[in-house]
Amino acid sequence: MWAFIVRKLLYYIPVYLGIILILMGALRIKGDPAYAYLGKNATQQQLELLRQQMGLDDPFLIQYVKYLGKIATLDFEEESWAQDGRSVRDILIRSIPPSLSITVPTLFASVCISIVIALISAYFRGRAVDQILMVLAVLGMSISYLVYIIFGQFFGAGLPQIKGVYTPFAVKGYEPWMPLLSEGANPINWVTYCLLPVIIGVIVAMGYDTRFYRAVMVEESSRDYITTALAKGASKRKVMFVHMLKNAMIPIITRVMTTLPFLITGAILIEIYFIIPGMGFQLINAIRANDFPVVQGFVAVFAVIFIISVILTDVLYAIVDPRIRLS
Amino acid sequence: MTDKTEPILRVQHLSTSFKTDRGLVTAVDDVCFEVMAGETLGIVGESGCGKTVTSKSVMRLLPEHITRYGKQSKILYKDFDILAAGEGEMRNVRGDKIAMIFQEPMTALNPVFTIGWQINEALKYHTKLNKRERRDRAVEMLRLVEIPNPEQRIKEYPHQLSGGMRQRVMIAIALCCEPDILIADEPTTALDVTIQAQILDLMNGLKEKFNTAIMLITHDLGVVATVCDRVMVMYAGRVIESGPVHDIFHNPQHPYTQALLGSIPKRGRKVQGAMLPTIPGIVPSLWELPDGCRFEARCPYTDAQRCVHEEPELAPGPDNRPVRCHYPIGSEKERPAKLTTGVTG
Repeated sequence: MWAFIVRKLLYYIPVYLGIILILMGALRIKGDPAYAYLGKNATQQQLELLRQQMGLDDPFLIQYVKYLGKIATLDFEEESWAQDGRSVRDILIRSIPPSLSITVPTLFASVCISIVIALISAYFRGRAVDQILMVLAVLGMSISYLVYIIFGQFFGAGLPQIKGVYTPFAVKGYEPWMPLLSEGANPINWVTYCLLPVIIGVIVAMGYDTRFYRAVMVEESSRDYITTALAKGASKRKVMFVHMLKNAMIPIITRVMTTLPFLITGAILIEIYFIIPGMGFQLINAIRANDFPVVQGFVAVFAVIFIISVILTDVLYAIVDPRIRLS
Repeated sequence: MTDKTEPILRVQHLSTSFKTDRGLVTAVDDVCFEVMAGETLGIVGESGCGKTVTSKSVMRLLPEHITRYGKQSKILYKDFDILAAGEGEMRNVRGDKIAMIFQEPMTALNPVFTIGWQINEALKYHTKLNKRERRDRAVEMLRLVEIPNPEQRIKEYPHQLSGGMRQRVMIAIALCCEPDILIADEPTTALDVTIQAQILDLMNGLKEKFNTAIMLITHDLGVVATVCDRVMVMYAGRVIESGPVHDIFHNPQHPYTQALLGSIPKRGRKVQGAMLPTIPGIVPSLWELPDGCRFEARCPYTDAQRCVHEEPELAPGPDNRPVRCHYPIGSEKERPAKLTTGVTG
């Protein structure tokens, strides 16, 4: 297994080098970073000084190799251009917990609920229950993300609040929950801030997921081994939850794992609308503010996360599917 | 030896229909037969003749919400009424009293569970053996189906076994609870010819050992000749002829049976033009069944009158065996001239 993981890691090294190459190229094609930083009133001298300081006057290849060296030594100490006094590392580390607070519960809840609904739907395939559930799923996925956010915030704010004690939904902002890391943090407040974005995230994901998982289940339920299991005297429930579900886990894992990196970056909309200082929010702000080091650092890290989740997918495959273990 | 006079399974007037978007379609129409304890009954016919539906009806493995059985239909295992049984009662029958093996050993085993797990599952449902005993039983069954190194094999997954090996595992699963009836739905069709013979030998040997009756569904008459005691020939959902295997092979009464026998390749037989005789045309669609004999369109002996308008009854023919034909072969009745009006192709 370890040899397998190491082999996969080696395989993705050139892919990563390519990603960084494209990233750095794209950022430089966009315009002169030094000019973007100093603004139009900068003198030629100032520009050149900055370029020198930032190493932007080196040939591209040298810059590329230097930056790779920084990534390899986990050196993200470069200071942000937009947020004074904060390093890229600082911004990154601070933005991870808010992002995870939203995306982990969203992923967990949406996968569990979708699988259960899909199982029910597949069990009653073609009958009224199935048809109603699928109409709801299509309805759910046909409505735009924004509609859910706007309505969620509208009704979330309008909900009657238990006087002075507890507000079920906060419609904007974020508060950390871990008292260890940030003083005065209150887990209840944290829940209040996370609840609405999570619920919206789940609703949005469920439409697609349910339909996908149902298709997987329906396909598995028509396989020969299902008939064999029934012919052995297995109950329908046993066949669904043991025989079928373990086989269905393969496509389900793929689906979940491929959404993992998007959970980190893809919560951008939610983070922006709910003003949650997560990674997506920070990245968008950095792009807007021409915060060159932050954009570069964030994308470099996102790429690593993406690659790790791809490798994790392969490992999980091997655990679930014995046929992959051999090859 | 086995008592082959006691019917262990009685199928009476079995009609199986399916609800579809185009309405009800009847795949098996008024089929009656009996399986004696310990005998091998062959059910023969082309694809789409209702062989598999018949066998799955016996197991009640057809999707319940779209399947309708005829009012007069009855399937009796000993005295147990299968079509009237609840799902819970059926679970006790499946795998324990009546077991089944399938055509495709490559897909019939669950790919993500070990061989041992899959044998163990059947034992868990139907026996009171403990975990250790079940494991021993699984190893013993694998040894009985002549799988080398069974202690090792029970830990392996289906993909690590060849097709023939997998079919042996299927047989081991089916027989581990010593069922009274084994339904084998084209068990050798997907296998190499050499493996076919081995599997058939194995099934024959185990049949004797466990005194299991076998319902062998096949379109391969060569297989029937080797292993069956009696044969039932089906065509378009109907039984058209049945009888002991020797009689069917030597005195076929129905033109379809005769044509099927004629299309077996035989060593040393000189065929004009060196072409294997085939039966022209295809089985009629269940949607467009003719009023008359269902084989009429392909029959070389049709009279183009009675055969077209009146469906023959299943009645004793000249050989004193049931046959569904107006002009059974070997009868005194004068057969019409050979009019090959049938569809060709």
